[in-house]
Amino acid sequence: MHDRLARRIEGWPAHARRALFYGLLLAAALTFLFPFLFMVSTSVKGARELYSMNLIPQEPTLDHYRAVFTQIPIGRALFNSALVYGLQTLSVLVLSSIVGYALARLRFFGREFVFNVILLTMMIPGQLLLIPLYILIVRFGWTDSYQGLIVPGMVSAFGIFMFRQHFLTIPQELIDAARVDGASDLTILFRVIWPLSVPVLITVGVFTFMGGWNDFLWPAIVNRDIAYQTLTQMVTLYGIGGQAGGQVGAVMASTLIAVLPMIVVYLVFQRYYLQGIASTGVKG
Amino acid sequence: MARADLAASPRGAPGIVRAWRGLRGPNPIGYLFTLPYVLFFAVFTAYPLGFAFYLTVHDWNIVRDVRPFVGARNFERLLGDELFWKALANTGVFLVVHIPLQIVIALLLSVILNQQLRARAFFRVAFFLPFVTSGAIISLVWLRLYADDGMLNMYLGLFGLGPVGWLSDPRVAMTSIAVMATWKNVGYYLMIFLAALQAIPEQLYEEAYLNGATAWQRFAHITFPMLNPAFILVVILSTIGGFSLFVEPFVMTGGGPLDATLSLVLYLYQQAFQFLRMGYAAAIGVVLALMIFLVTLIQRKYLEREVGL
Repeated sequence: MHDRLARRIEGWPAHARRALFYGLLLAAALTFLFPFLFMVSTSVKGARELYSMNLIPQEPTLDHYRAVFTQIPIGRALFNSALVYGLQTLSVLVLSSIVGYALARLRFFGREFVFNVILLTMMIPGQLLLIPLYILIVRFGWTDSYQGLIVPGMVSAFGIFMFRQHFLTIPQELIDAARVDGASDLTILFRVIWPLSVPVLITVGVFTFMGGWNDFLWPAIVNRDIAYQTLTQMVTLYGIGGQAGGQVGAVMASTLIAVLPMIVVYLVFQRYYLQGIASTGVKG
Repeated sequence: MARADLAASPRGAPGIVRAWRGLRGPNPIGYLFTLPYVLFFAVFTAYPLGFAFYLTVHDWNIVRDVRPFVGARNFERLLGDELFWKALANTGVFLVVHIPLQIVIALLLSVILNQQLRARAFFRVAFFLPFVTSGAIISLVWLRLYADDGMLNMYLGLFGLGPVGWLSDPRVAMTSIAVMATWKNVGYYLMIFLAALQAIPEQLYEEAYLNGATAWQRFAHITFPMLNPAFILVVILSTIGGFSLFVEPFVMTGGGPLDATLSLVLYLYQQAFQFLRMGYAAAIGVVLALMIFLVTLIQRKYLEREVGL
């Protein structure tokens, strides 16, 4: 059946086949983009055409964005997200690369054991730890605080794994040469190895930052106070709660504000990001 | 590294010092450098892990001070809990729709993106964008698209179809969520397939072509078998994703209508943070983790044998 259809299409002239192919592909791409087009379009539609089918607004307006900024402290949430996940990412890069360096480049008793423990912890589903971690944060008094968001993500097993794998590939001569010059291990890591590891640093950094930024569950559990809410959390609660008062336009405006930073991050670091997925994917 | 380290260690040290050095290995700084992980692991992984099991055998309500030991009662209750079984069945519905759809679309798109293509960057961004946006946020958008008076039903109306209760009809709602989740994640699985495709040696195709194999035969006898590891990975990861389903039903349906979209993690969340039953929620978490572990184990065994072609 498939063969017959394929043979019939193969009989077509080349340009017709190509047009069909690109036509279908473009349709698929637009289907994928449709929710984003809907989001952007609805966020600038006036009240009268808010529920119309057309995607191009007749009278574009920024009223919905004004509504969002007056109804919720979204600027504060943007600042919170940038601060919390910026610090968390920085910490993951520094601490995980130190551990990754030890596991790849220093010889000590128990090294393989630690590495195997790290591999094992990567297989623990997050739901298993959710409740006990929450109780731990309550006991630390870290609910409604930045610590409660930052600290449980300061070291990443995935980051350590990625750094270790990459650091194994650095030529020994470079490290020996630095050691002869009297460099300490920290100097070797940050002055010799880091400059040679920019792609993996970006991969781990972008994964960590995006994973945090996009998360709703953890902030929703540990934060009630609006002062500490992250952008994803605040916008989600705004959309499902009563604050938006059924204003579709304002909700779509707020969702666009929340996803735009990640789209920019993705577009800028696309190459490293996709390589990172490919390498973790292939290695499983 | 060994050379430099050995050169640095003084010869002729007393026996006991040498024995200790042999035990710890040549470089004690290794311990100092792994310390951040060891501390983190102790506080944020090992302790919560042990505490999770402790919680499951207690009636632990976060606002009450009395938290009696209840043995296996949380698990017994779970076995008789209709909502738990409902959530498990819902997860099954989700997986049955999600996994085949995910594989077909991701595979198809990866094969296309692996060709010589105009505007490849545009297509890659289009298929990947949903994956980099927050599931919670994008669920708000789909909530509008799927609404009874939403865009999807308006377009269907143009053809005289519908309206479909995408999220309001209990028979349809979980499928709608599975379709949305597929849209959201397909870019990720597409990249896994694409990486595997690019690892297939070109000469296999050339030889087959010279031997007169058609494009379809080349796909069925070279591409498909060579993708086996990626295939297994995609099935396992999307199964784990299905068991972890939370934010989409949380935002779009709250688990309704008639609990048709209640997922296991959503149920765990409700037990913990609406009813404050931490022990019971922890028990759900333990059972969930066990199920994920078992299912992926079985899949790995079964798929490695059956799809071996």
